[in-house]
Amino acid sequence: MSEAIMIRDAVCSFCGCLCDDINVEVEDGKVSRVRHACRLGSSKIMGHGRMQNPMIRKDGVLVAASFPEAYDRAAEILLAASKPLLYGWASTSCEAAKKGILLAEEVGGVLDSTATVCHGPSVIGIEEKGLPGATLGQVKNRADTIVFWGCNPAEAHPRHSLRYSSNSCGKFTPQGREGRKIIVVDVRETRTSKNADKFMRIVPGSDYEVISALRMLIAGKGEILPDEVGGVQKADLADIAATLKSARFGAIFFGLGITHSRGRYKNIDNALSLVAELNSHTKFVIMPMRGHYNVGGIGQVLAWSSGYPMSVDFTRGAPYFNPGETAACDLLAKRDVDAALIIAADAVSNFPHATAEGLASIPVIQIDPYENPTTILSDVVIPCAIAGVEVEGTAYRMDGLALRLRKLVDSSLPSDEEILAGILESVHKLRQRKANEGA
Amino acid sequence: MATMISGRTLAQGAGCESKMSPDFFKAVSVCHLSENDFKSLGLSEGRNVLIKNDYGQVVLTAKMDGGLPDSMVFIPMGPWANAIVGMETGGCGTPHFKGLEVDVAATDSPVLNIRELISGMGACCHV
Repeated sequence: MSEAIMIRDAVCSFCGCLCDDINVEVEDGKVSRVRHACRLGSSKIMGHGRMQNPMIRKDGVLVAASFPEAYDRAAEILLAASKPLLYGWASTSCEAAKKGILLAEEVGGVLDSTATVCHGPSVIGIEEKGLPGATLGQVKNRADTIVFWGCNPAEAHPRHSLRYSSNSCGKFTPQGREGRKIIVVDVRETRTSKNADKFMRIVPGSDYEVISALRMLIAGKGEILPDEVGGVQKADLADIAATLKSARFGAIFFGLGITHSRGRYKNIDNALSLVAELNSHTKFVIMPMRGHYNVGGIGQVLAWSSGYPMSVDFTRGAPYFNPGETAACDLLAKRDVDAALIIAADAVSNFPHATAEGLASIPVIQIDPYENPTTILSDVVIPCAIAGVEVEGTAYRMDGLALRLRKLVDSSLPSDEEILAGILESVHKLRQRKANEGA
Repeated sequence: MATMISGRTLAQGAGCESKMSPDFFKAVSVCHLSENDFKSLGLSEGRNVLIKNDYGQVVLTAKMDGGLPDSMVFIPMGPWANAIVGMETGGCGTPHFKGLEVDVAATDSPVLNIRELISGMGACCHV
């Protein structure tokens, strides 16, 4: 047995916090211990059962295949389709995303990310209004008032509060939790609300109305408000509005409680207006609590390469973006795609059942380290090395900061980027062969 | 009639990259109910509930949750919760995952495992 190697300050590739203080012990080429990570990150870095071999469905059964065979079959599927969907991209590197965009352009497909089932409405709202943002470091060092709206970081981003927000100690916030006012807005009590100074429980689906009420109070028009809005008494709303206005530096973090509820992107649009108006009185910023560790990264890479942050249709010869038409769920719901490549995401688990059924009737290529429900519906399965554990690469934290993921252990499996390059090569080869046959 | 919301939990997150495991099944195929709702439906630990709406139905293990108001149920994000979510995206690409109206009833039917749940997805499913 070889001596354990300690890797310090590795970046955790689980959630949008991208905690960069993880210490990992590696023994005999395997991760033996993870320090500083939360339960979620630790579980990922320690590893689970993995798929080892590519598989191709033959006579209804997935059978082992070689990587070149899997790349060729994937290329055949993508080239035979008139409108393939290339979906996922949130749990892999920006380098893989770049290669995927090239593949989508080559085969004339639609590329969409998991943002469309989480913070897609935020992306649309931000496009409408712009984002008064900040880095997490600024929040840590300066924020004396923090609002968590429709999010539960205690369970979804467990180290957020200690590293960046409510309970962190910064340069101008040395008292940490004691020196900050914490407000939680949600439809139910959560572990996060238990850490709040003020918990405002609202009626489900009333986010837009409650935000509007706060905007009116901040604008000095509270006298025309009804006595209760969204289940909250006017006096409580006035109290919250006064707290927000009196902040030295305020930050609103919002989650899927607001993007998945009635109003969706209009809720975000309204919240951005609230923050813009608060900036007439004090300094205020707002940030979506991004879930998968690099869901921000695919948005960045897509935006700089196509002009659009998600749901980009490359079938027309020029990028086209119209969520509601070009988003993965809409395409599958309308049965408007005839093949799919699912990478670094589990569409079958995360889409509504009736939507995911759209995958059952078309050929599906899966690229993933793990077996999951999408594997059950797949026709080609290609196992990959895990970005941020077995492969290095670039990822974007929830505040838009780019960080370099490190390789902690070796893997015999190819990276997502290498697999996509292999499929691209097969696409070129197949196209050339067809051109030769035609000639 | 109750309002269904879904969301992340620690156990759901820890298991989300081992979705075929018994741990993930246990973490996600549950339905949280307020204490009053739990009692008024005559439930006890380990009993199941049938959640139903216009989009579908699903059987889940009932769990009492002191943080929930009455007439609201919480299901961890995942394939079981998505059995009762519709395809409509309101023109923004994102389905309406939270705030759905559902009927809740105690049931003796079993909770389907992940393969059984997926096998309902059309005739072409390769289970």
